[in-house]
Amino acid sequence: MGRLDPGGAVAALVLALCAVSPFVLPSDAWIGFAVNAVLISVLALAWNVTGGFAGQMSFGHAALYGTGAYVAAMLQVRLGLNPYLAAVAGVAAGAGIGAAIGALAFRYGLRGSYFALVTLAFAEVLRILASSFEITGAGSGLTLPYRPGLAQFQFPDRYAAYAFVLALCLVALAATAAVKRSRLGSNMIAVRENEEAAAAIGIDAFRVKLLAMAISGAIAGAAGVAYLQIQLFIDAPIAYGSLISVEALLGPIIGGAGTLLGPILGTVVLHIVGEVVKTGIGGAPGLNLVFYGAVLLVILRFLPNGLMGLLGGLRRPARTDAATRPAEAP
Amino acid sequence: MLSVQGVTKRFGGLLAVSDATLDVAEGRIVALIGPNGAGKTTLFATVAGFLKPNAGTVTFRGERIDGLPPHRICRLGLTRTFQIVQPFAGLTVRENIACGAHLHHAKRRDALDRAAVIAAQVGMERMLDQPAQDLTVAGRKRLELARALATEPKLLLLDEVMAGLIPSEVAEIIPTIRRIRDSGVTILLIEHVMQAVMSLSEEAYVLNQGRIIAHGTPAALVRDPAVIEAYLGHGAAERLHASHAHA
Amino acid sequence: MLGLVIPAILSGLTTGAVYALVALGLTLIYGVLHIINFAHGSLLMAALYAALFLNMRLGLDPYVALPIVTVLFFCLGYALQRWVVDTFSHGRDANILLVTLAISIIIDNGALALFTSNTRTIDVPYAFDMVEIGPAFVPLPKLVAFGAALLFAGLLWLLMRHTRLGTAIRAVAVEKRGAELMGIDVKHTYAMCFGIGTACVGAAACLLLPTFYVTPQVGYAFVLVAFTTVVLGGMGSLGGALVAGLLLGVIEALCGLFLGETLGQIGIFAAFILTLLLRPAGLFAPRAA
Repeated sequence: MGRLDPGGAVAALVLALCAVSPFVLPSDAWIGFAVNAVLISVLALAWNVTGGFAGQMSFGHAALYGTGAYVAAMLQVRLGLNPYLAAVAGVAAGAGIGAAIGALAFRYGLRGSYFALVTLAFAEVLRILASSFEITGAGSGLTLPYRPGLAQFQFPDRYAAYAFVLALCLVALAATAAVKRSRLGSNMIAVRENEEAAAAIGIDAFRVKLLAMAISGAIAGAAGVAYLQIQLFIDAPIAYGSLISVEALLGPIIGGAGTLLGPILGTVVLHIVGEVVKTGIGGAPGLNLVFYGAVLLVILRFLPNGLMGLLGGLRRPARTDAATRPAEAP
Repeated sequence: MLSVQGVTKRFGGLLAVSDATLDVAEGRIVALIGPNGAGKTTLFATVAGFLKPNAGTVTFRGERIDGLPPHRICRLGLTRTFQIVQPFAGLTVRENIACGAHLHHAKRRDALDRAAVIAAQVGMERMLDQPAQDLTVAGRKRLELARALATEPKLLLLDEVMAGLIPSEVAEIIPTIRRIRDSGVTILLIEHVMQAVMSLSEEAYVLNQGRIIAHGTPAALVRDPAVIEAYLGHGAAERLHASHAHA
Repeated sequence: MLGLVIPAILSGLTTGAVYALVALGLTLIYGVLHIINFAHGSLLMAALYAALFLNMRLGLDPYVALPIVTVLFFCLGYALQRWVVDTFSHGRDANILLVTLAISIIIDNGALALFTSNTRTIDVPYAFDMVEIGPAFVPLPKLVAFGAALLFAGLLWLLMRHTRLGTAIRAVAVEKRGAELMGIDVKHTYAMCFGIGTACVGAAACLLLPTFYVTPQVGYAFVLVAFTTVVLGGMGSLGGALVAGLLLGVIEALCGLFLGETLGQIGIFAAFILTLLLRPAGLFAPRAA
């Protein structure tokens, strides 16, 4: 167990090199890219807990990410709360909304495609609500007052911001690794593989899936808070847009759902592809996403276990057909 | 230990189990037999909490368990296996068993160690690191048994663990089951392989069209006209008797 | 009050008929292939652009372009299922959802890169012709869309009930293996089905264009409505989709009337979430035993 397989070691080495590269080769474009890629990696790690470990594929992780960002923003802008306390509240709100969506969806036995659809719908509802009410800044969003300095949880420059998201990513990675190696993680995987068989050996599938959503929500909420503290701005399309939900799942699926490093590897590779397209072919908006879609297709076709599967040392499919059986009628 | 009283399970208009009553005493190996479609698996699923009975009660170690969800029943010490085995395909043998062992062992290390011990009990000690999906049918049946055993049940419900095995594999698994009983686990099993029922169980219940039609020792049951009719059709007992008389 | 409500309901019914037509395609694909086609809305968007360019470049009226776009999108749908969805997903359920997601990402962003995010419309002489129905005036193109959508629904029903292809599709939907043994080419039937489903969005696009606009994002809004319609009507039920589409059109119009334009969309999602949670088999499905 404790030992790292060769594939994992290669992935870890490549990622470590990528992680330090902005410090070694400073450039404005590269650091902006790196901050974004690592931030999305945190979100991907969050998605991996529900989608990879527990096998509940969410198409609406923006609901968790956006809620974290919005709660932290509202507490600062509307109530003038200390940014660090607001950040804690944002993380808690992410966990709370995750648990709430999970409680509703799982209480009514939604699985597979139905779960994907209901999470998507929740994200959309939140997007519309956030763009409709004054307290969330309606159409114009919320801007944090500019008070540079770590005392106000704002970063003096992009390198400080990068160091922060990198640390957050390592914490998220450690958290998901701890989950995976725990009893809870074992229960999640059992539920993913076969819910009925899991129940037969004493696993409360509802509780396990709910905890997965709460943990995932906390991590996704933290990613949202990090975005807010770096950009000092949030609005409904950024927080709750479908792009965030899609980005949350692309990394894990491309990197290898259910693996520890897969979500980060997938996200980083995807963002590098996007960046290469941007500089190589030109910056027409949307073009990098066309390539994201193409990479997803290629991975699904040729690497069912993602990039980590390619690196070897990885076990069988994380995504099984059983996980997508439609819900039974009530 | 287990007492099923007047359990009835209906699916729409179909009466799958009707007023079934049976008792399993501690330390016994009891068989539940009957022709295909008799309702054996439905009765198992009802006892283990996967289905809610329309009527009747299930009592396990003095506690009412009918209506409880399956994971709660399992935690009380009653674990079932599935006729169509359901290994966690993406995991190794050891990890599969550890999923069950986690019920009473919070630490990953302890659960994995426990899994190795259980694997040895069912003769899988050399397959610990094999992916479950690479196992043969016999291997999967053993894994199903091991995973259930890892939950440290007081009562084990085995649903056709021998179906699909070749005679030599059946001969191997019979002593395994007997050893499990000897280690203090009471066993209720559904079985089609009569060789197994005869050699394993001290008593058996016969289920036909959802009703318990006979109860006794396996040796007595195979001579019971009602049982023979249930298996071979109306009038079979008489014809069988006649042919014996001629011989 | 009534003076506002009745026009809203009529307008909702005409929009709802188009929702129904889009949803018919989606529910047909779900009912037979048991997959949720995420790319359905993107295909609608692509069809809107196709109709738009046929109008701008060749001067074709959308109603004249309708048969062309419908046939074109039938072929596109057939090819997509046969050579993309089936091949790239290895037939695994979870992967099918992801493959259709990938297709939608590619189509949506491809459109964004090619056509920019500008909102485009076409000019047709009859765009503002009104027809008086009781106390309300309904735009002629909306009435045409309403009638045509119902006509397509009827044709689809005839196809399913009274043709060899329809019989084959229904056989495959119920029992794939059995149908295969009876000599039905399942891959071909699946692709035909996907083609017909996609043809529905081709037709819907041409009916929408005279009173609607096109942007690369327009598909996303529609696909969510279409999911709602399909779930509300019962996954795979053609009749259910028709009724649910009309119902949702009315719900949206009334919510828009009372809650305002943006919040009005909430009505649809509320209906969606409630149906998924409470009646995942659809409003009209008999309660399972």
